[in-house]
Amino acid sequence: MNAIIESKELKLWYGDYQVLKSISMEIPEHEITALIGPSGCGKSTFLKTLNRMNDLVENVRIAGEVNYNGHNIYAPNVDVTSLRKEIGMVFQKPNPFPMSIYDNIAYGPRTHGIRSKVKLDEIVEQSLRSAALWDEVKDRLKKSALGLSGGQQQRLCIARAISVHPRIICMDESTASLDPISTSKIEDLVTELKSQYTVIMVTHNMQQAVRISDRCAFFLLGELVEYSRTDEMFSRPKNKKTEDYITGRFG
Amino acid sequence: MSKKLKEYIRHPGSLFMMILVILAACITFAVLLFLLAYILVKGIPQLKPSLFALEYTTENVSMLPAIINTLFMTLISLLIAVPFGIFSAIYLVEYAKRGNRFVNIIRLTTETLSGIPSIVYGLFGMLFFVTALKWGYSLLAGAFTLAIMILPLIMRTTEEALKAVPDTFREGSFGLGAGKLRTVFRIVLPAAVPGILAGIILAVGRIVGETAALIYTSGTVAQIPSSVFGSGRTLAVHMYNLSSEGLHMNESYATAVVLLVLVTGINALSGFAAKKLSQI
Repeated sequence: MNAIIESKELKLWYGDYQVLKSISMEIPEHEITALIGPSGCGKSTFLKTLNRMNDLVENVRIAGEVNYNGHNIYAPNVDVTSLRKEIGMVFQKPNPFPMSIYDNIAYGPRTHGIRSKVKLDEIVEQSLRSAALWDEVKDRLKKSALGLSGGQQQRLCIARAISVHPRIICMDESTASLDPISTSKIEDLVTELKSQYTVIMVTHNMQQAVRISDRCAFFLLGELVEYSRTDEMFSRPKNKKTEDYITGRFG
Repeated sequence: MSKKLKEYIRHPGSLFMMILVILAACITFAVLLFLLAYILVKGIPQLKPSLFALEYTTENVSMLPAIINTLFMTLISLLIAVPFGIFSAIYLVEYAKRGNRFVNIIRLTTETLSGIPSIVYGLFGMLFFVTALKWGYSLLAGAFTLAIMILPLIMRTTEEALKAVPDTFREGSFGLGAGKLRTVFRIVLPAAVPGILAGIILAVGRIVGETAALIYTSGTVAQIPSSVFGSGRTLAVHMYNLSSEGLHMNESYATAVVLLVLVTGINALSGFAAKKLSQI
């Protein structure tokens, strides 16, 4: 397995409460890895440690390592800006900025110093095409992004994440607030993105994990209970708790 | 309709309550209407071209210098107070840790400041800007005094506006690798502009309507001063002087009409600007 990012004995506390209890896992490149588990099991928290979004939370304490490209991202000299450029994030609720569709996509590249109009136009078109949104919005790029439907907004957010050419895209229950049609569009999109990017997604939806993920990690109470290929986990779970969860006996 | 009325009649308590609230609404509206009509009826016939002469003389009691002084006073006060207010609010919301003791002290101070009567600000302005700093009665002393007076207002409204910006915007920006500075100035602040403008409109209202703090600091000279270190009266002070001298009651009403139009105009303009800015 060619791991692009791995955690080693990662522990995390919010104040005195330990949310992650020694998580060690390797995540392979160009695959879709799904993180599943009941609410409060730490899967979203784990996802946020991968690009240090937990830095924004007060009273958070982290021990252990997260290695990306062989370097610990929690080392003191790490540049968080370029880390987050490499490891992008799409959130649970669509969160387009209150500006035009064009400016939403151009925000990331502009942040990283791209000023040329020609180059920005190119990035905006490419990103929107990759997110399968170009045909729907190409005539209203200068209109507010808030006028799009929920599903379109979420694809816009995916396009925005793609715009800075990340290597990994973290998705935190990114279809949880969408209707089934928008959800299936995004699932198709994620499957296509796999060839160019590594996708790590948190999901509550077991069918979704089965449909699109290559690997699956089952979290429970801050521990990584089982981590294997998705087809294996759902046909022959090794752990009793995993079996109970995926067959719907709890959670 | 009649069914509803019957319902009310069956419960005398609610009928009484209904009449009471309708009455209260009517009285409020009537008072406002009466006040406006009274000023307009008394004031509009008194509006004469000579009231808008460039030079004030004891014969024409022109209000044009006062109008221009008002605009300058508003502009200078805002120039001082708005950046301070907005930056303090940004510190409180975006940078300070929640529950920080320093933040609590700042909040307490601003709340106290906003409760002080304006004449006390005037006294302070006179003792500090006019006397201690030797600026004399001047536009600048007045503007600084008013700036201190409206600072809490701008700070609080900006703070509320910034707090109302959803955290998901900040997350989205940080998630793309943007730093704090870029996130605050490119994402959070633009989203908060309508709320901030609402605060500035309130502040303008207070500046334009202020007299007590200005009589002590900016003085009552009825001319446009040659520099910010000269004394000049604003429209509200002008009106106070005309009416307290008792010789020019008619002109005083005319001034009130202009003051009303000015405030309404500024409000409409800011509302329009807020709408324009909040699109996209």
